Amino acid sequence: MTAPAASPPLAVPGVLATAWLVARKDLLIEFRTRSAFLAAVVFALIAVVIFRFSSDPTAVAPIDLAPGVLWVIFVFSGLLGLHRSFGVEHADRAMDGLLAAPVSREALFLGKALANLAFVAAVQIVAIPAVALFYDLPVGGGVLLGILLVAALAAVGLVAVGTLFSAMTGNTRLAELLLPMLALPFFVPVVTPAAMATARLLAGRPMAEMAGLLRMLGAFDVIFVVACTLAFPFTLED
Amino acid sequence: MAAAARPSLSEAPVAPPARGRDLFLPLALLGVLGALVRAIWFTPVELMQGPAQKIFYVHVPAATVGLYVGLPIVAVCSAMYLWLRDERLDRVAESAAEVSLVFLTAVLVTGPLWGKPVWGTWWTWDARLTLTLFLWFVVLGYLIMRGALEDRGQRARFSAVLGLLAVLLVPFIHLSVNLFRTLHPKAIVLKPSAPSLPPEMLSTLGIAFAATVVLFFALLRARVRYAADRELLSRRLEGEG
Repeated sequence: MTAPAASPPLAVPGVLATAWLVARKDLLIEFRTRSAFLAAVVFALIAVVIFRFSSDPTAVAPIDLAPGVLWVIFVFSGLLGLHRSFGVEHADRAMDGLLAAPVSREALFLGKALANLAFVAAVQIVAIPAVALFYDLPVGGGVLLGILLVAALAAVGLVAVGTLFSAMTGNTRLAELLLPMLALPFFVPVVTPAAMATARLLAGRPMAEMAGLLRMLGAFDVIFVVACTLAFPFTLED
Repeated sequence: MAAAARPSLSEAPVAPPARGRDLFLPLALLGVLGALVRAIWFTPVELMQGPAQKIFYVHVPAATVGLYVGLPIVAVCSAMYLWLRDERLDRVAESAAEVSLVFLTAVLVTGPLWGKPVWGTWWTWDARLTLTLFLWFVVLGYLIMRGALEDRGQRARFSAVLGLLAVLLVPFIHLSVNLFRTLHPKAIVLKPSAPSLPPEMLSTLGIAFAATVVLFFALLRARVRYAADRELLSRRLEGEG
């Protein structure tokens, strides 16, 4: 039997092309169901409001509260999406289908992480303006761009670690509890500098004061993206 | 006949292997008791801090052994497990994590007890305190994850991956907690100049230290044996043995 002449030769795509295919699959599922995204956005908006009532507005200025609120919301709404990332693969044993495909495990991980990054970024795009609005933040000039840069740097590290732990906890009995328990201590070195940098941006400090914090976020990203990509195949054997 | 020889896992007996009476742990506990007696009644009271300073003889050895002996054993066994796939390494990692958690808990309990009279506060978000607290959370998460995984091989692999990632995390937590200022006393024994402790206090600390190290390894040995017995039992229950 010969394949029809019109079909392209069956070639296994490269790592990045495979990662993109996996990410597109996940994003398509999310786009068609919109379940996790809507839940995460609604959660973020409710949290923005609740945090405002958790402290006396005459005692704590909104601008002092905002960086912490922003980062707590990012982390917890991110966990909602991360939990789903491998959760969807365990239903109907879809994971076995992915593993049977002739693609490298690293590409699979990068694809999953890429989809999670898109998810977290989409939630942030709603949450940052919401916090800016409700907390009356001075986001003019370069401040908003600075916050977006910090958010992007932080999101990469959060997603790398979170995707790996989602794969590890996805089929355990305590998945919903175990993922935050494992991931949150790893998020500390991301959230601390990110919240500090956000606070300085909002206070109108010059960019040079944040160089150290941004370097720390960048270093975390590089080390944990590499480490988690290399560690992922070990979580899949047999 | 070599009836006392420990059988290997592949030829598991019906009952766990019989072992002689384990004297290591009782002796280690006696050693710790001796060190405490010496610290409380036979070592001078510190001038500024008063009796509260006695906690130092428990706190410092427990912190040093938990952080610099226990956790590195978890990390090294995790790395070696992924390489050699020997189940004994996984059992040592599990046991070392559990014993380290006990030691770190002792550190986190004795610290505030000393902090209240001397610093005037139970807790402060100081670099060392925060680092220890977060490592405690990581070890706790590690042990809870182990409890949530049913498959033996999967549990060992996931634990080893988490153990190795935690090694990468430590410098980052260190960096982020150092963004805050520190109140914690600095090293007074291992420092470039001579130790700034009077000789009686230094010798008591040395004894407490030795007793704590022995206690750690006695507990580790007992815990590894327990893990081996438990695994033997679960294999028999699964009908593999």
